[in-house]
Amino acid sequence: MSGNVPKATTTLDVRGLAARLITAEDTRTDVLPLSRDVDLAVDDAYLVQREVLRAKEERGERIIGGKLGLTSRAKQIDMGVDNPLYGFVTSGMLHDATAPVDLSTLIHPRVEPEIVFVLKEELAGPGITPGDVLDATASVCAGLEIIDSRYQAFKFTLEDAVSDNASSALFVLGNEFVEPSGDLSLLGCLLQVNGKQVATAAGAAVCGDPAQAVAWMANAAGRRGTALKPGWLVLSGGLTAAVPLRSGDCVSADFSRLGGVSVRAR
Amino acid sequence: MHQNQLEEAARRLTEAERSRTPITPLTQTYDGLDIPAAYEVQRAVIAERIAGGARVRGHKVGLTAAVMREQFGVSEPDYGVLLDDMFLLEGSEVPAGSLLAPRVEPELAFVLDRPLGGPGVTVADVLRATAFVTPSLEIIDSRIRNWEITVHDSIADNASSARVVLGGTATDVRDIDPRLLGVVLRRNGEIAETGATGAALGNPVSAVAWLANKLGEFGVTLDEGSVVLPGSCTRALPVSPGDHVRADFGQVGSVGVVFA
Repeated sequence: MSGNVPKATTTLDVRGLAARLITAEDTRTDVLPLSRDVDLAVDDAYLVQREVLRAKEERGERIIGGKLGLTSRAKQIDMGVDNPLYGFVTSGMLHDATAPVDLSTLIHPRVEPEIVFVLKEELAGPGITPGDVLDATASVCAGLEIIDSRYQAFKFTLEDAVSDNASSALFVLGNEFVEPSGDLSLLGCLLQVNGKQVATAAGAAVCGDPAQAVAWMANAAGRRGTALKPGWLVLSGGLTAAVPLRSGDCVSADFSRLGGVSVRAR
Repeated sequence: MHQNQLEEAARRLTEAERSRTPITPLTQTYDGLDIPAAYEVQRAVIAERIAGGARVRGHKVGLTAAVMREQFGVSEPDYGVLLDDMFLLEGSEVPAGSLLAPRVEPELAFVLDRPLGGPGVTVADVLRATAFVTPSLEIIDSRIRNWEITVHDSIADNASSARVVLGGTATDVRDIDPRLLGVVLRRNGEIAETGATGAALGNPVSAVAWLANKLGEFGVTLDEGSVVLPGSCTRALPVSPGDHVRADFGQVGSVGVVFA
């Protein structure tokens, strides 16, 4: 990633904090929230996140898109925040939907269905509107994101989650890429675990409109000097509550207009 | 339960609704209120309303979400009867004090243009018998104190039915995937819940088939022109006086209601 690096508000050991999260991921050992030890501001947290991503890039992973978290108003109210948060997805997170997920590589994974945007043009905020997002979008597709917090019991503050790259782990994409048309907030989604329906949602579950969620990320990342690039994917946020992914589980989602997507765990 | 106890339970529910005074759960008052007895109480409640001039205009299916059935410890949905005096016109207000503790559920309403009589009704029969689908809001209410209901209380209480608002835009069910319409429920302009129409038994068409077959056990047929509410697309939304609620249903339209 390039761009201006905002100054940290305190003299934090950004590298040291990032190293804790990288080690947690590498060793599949959950850790206590960083906010237990240090007073993290949101901008500090995005610096820790950048350091985590830098470590991934040093290992040969490439940033291939963005992702949003805390996009549901109910979750924001639970955590006492007014905004979602964003992170980035790397080439190492793209999982082949035909292969099972190896649970031994993860700590306590959960799955959530998402509408994924594929960008054809750059989105450099601030000032990006949902209309700009749709104009810059080549297609949208169905996705299942496998999230995995590095924190014990998925307990964290917004700043902790930002540092942890929005609990990123893996994601799979559906096979149907359609041009965005109509109102994405009214796209329906059914979520099934092992053939049993567990949740339903509409696109409006993410920030009222998935295009609004992507615009928020473009603007928030833009203020930190990062633009969303042509060819990037943007995972616009979980439509339903995340469901645990256990050994032998098959999780699938059906979307109006976008078809289905599924993932299974070994 | 003895016949006169069933009749007494029905009278309590009717009086609770009339006087807007909730009652203690029937299951605390009567031993042996099992599911068949609960439906008998429901039939007695409805018979009294019909004797008072009400007409049957449709049915509702409840407990269509697996999570609700697990919560109530039952394996199948339940149903209630929709009478003509429960239907409100969109744009009119639900008068203050007319209900006890109302909640709103968005549903894809089915309107039949030919009768459906179970047993043996298939999903194909339902698709053929459906004139159109239309967005609706079901306003549920419990005559039982603080919604302290078991499934038996709810069935006896006509599956907590209260009011229905139909949206008035008609869509041919053959032109849509009836499982995958996104549903956004707003209270006072703010998104309160989202869901999809498949929340009702995986497919609302299946819910209508289930209803036709269940009613068939009692020799009841869904008439031509019947409205069937196949189950909620979201959790039930509690409302207070002054609230307005609106539901948008994918490409099939929207419907709203105001609580005075």
